[in-house]
Amino acid sequence: MPSITYIEHNGTKHTVDVPVGSSVMRGAVDNNIPGIDADCGGECACATCHVHVDAAWLAATGARTAQEETMLSFANGTEDDSRLSCQIDVTPALDGLIVRMPAGQH
Amino acid sequence: MRHADVLSAGGGQAAVQLAASLRQGRFAGSIMIINDEPGLPCQRPPLSKAYLLGQIDEAALPLRPESFFAAQSIELLASTRVTAIDRAAQRVALSSGESIGYGHLALATGARNREIPGMAGALGLRTLADARVLRDALGTARSVAIIGAGFIGLEFAAVAAARGLAVTVIEAAPRALLRGVSAPMAEALVARHRAWGSRLLFGSAAETVMADLVLVAIGVIPNTELAEAAGLACANGIVVDATLLTADPAISAMGDCASFPTGSGRVRLESVQNAADHARCIAERLLGRPAPYAKVPWFWSDQGALKLQIAGLATGHDQTVIRGDADSDALSVFCFAGDRLLAVESLNRPAEHMAARALLARPHGLTPAQAADPGIDLRSV
Repeated sequence: MPSITYIEHNGTKHTVDVPVGSSVMRGAVDNNIPGIDADCGGECACATCHVHVDAAWLAATGARTAQEETMLSFANGTEDDSRLSCQIDVTPALDGLIVRMPAGQH
Repeated sequence: MRHADVLSAGGGQAAVQLAASLRQGRFAGSIMIINDEPGLPCQRPPLSKAYLLGQIDEAALPLRPESFFAAQSIELLASTRVTAIDRAAQRVALSSGESIGYGHLALATGARNREIPGMAGALGLRTLADARVLRDALGTARSVAIIGAGFIGLEFAAVAAARGLAVTVIEAAPRALLRGVSAPMAEALVARHRAWGSRLLFGSAAETVMADLVLVAIGVIPNTELAEAAGLACANGIVVDATLLTADPAISAMGDCASFPTGSGRVRLESVQNAADHARCIAERLLGRPAPYAKVPWFWSDQGALKLQIAGLATGHDQTVIRGDADSDALSVFCFAGDRLLAVESLNRPAEHMAARALLARPHGLTPAQAADPGIDLRSV
């Protein structure tokens, strides 16, 4: 199972195994990792699962969808490395992925 | 007798969020969720959309996996109902016959579907069990009559049309989504449904409609009986104060069943956002950081390729301003009372929805003139 490391805004690290076919958002929610709210359950409707993808993993996690792009353009603290974690599907290629959470999701 | 420091009566979105937020806040006490539905607490939004379309299966529906409840020390009693509250003794009676003491009781009893008496054979949509029946029925039925043009009725209409059924929607009110959205947005949605081949009938016109399948989707009744029997005030929901407490300091109410105060009167909302944010507010209070509940409500509804996103509450608006083209699949309706922005309804315009949520969280949002000027970037207001 791919291992993903989530780093809270305060620096606290959580490394968990997330099943292939799940999403980076589900991995955080299923393990009750603080910092990702994901209120809409992965419908790309709420922009409360914003993460910054570690530079080394930007290519592997792929490009933003159009809907995601517009949602992110209104989220707080969006950078070039920002993604909505519900839109990143977990694949074997993401074993070792590192993402960082922003200061807040609301 | 067993005891839970925090006990949720009801096992929906709010109950699971309360437990999750308490543990994220390092709450060390015992947490118990009493859920009258079988299995794991599940997400309801996909039940009227992706699940019926076969885009996701049941494995994707639980709000959290079984491992979550064990790892977070959250006890879940499924297929069990709270039948009575003894406030003096701070304990509840369960349908299993067991009594459980509580430190704090969170009423998350939700709502149940309104029914039409005597309409045998009609189906409803609320639970996974309901959705299973409908998913099977969609495989064999060739026509469906849907009573009610609210969110559930229209979402189901979009699914049935996409699956090739002949769809008739029957609504007693003069238009769709009378309580849910403004007239211009309702018109835009109805026009798209008609373009997909569905018939939508409004008002009191008399006609006989034949269909293989009948869905009744005419709204809900909040489950307040448990609270009422315990002597708690109820009026279209369990009455709570600004911090979501009932008159009993050991009992809160949250989500669909809670009637809470806002700047424009008491409201009771049926949405994921409302349930989750209520739960977070109560968790903060139980963690020793009480604050009044003050979130901007938001909603979404997926109908075919249309994504409707709503920020705020349009109730009482007297003026609408449209951005985008009312005849296109992408527009936003800004709802004002005088100069005050109350709500923004966005169809396939997620950027405006996000901007609206930020605008509505501030005391002086946006004027009708600014809304009407497409040259004004909402982010800069």
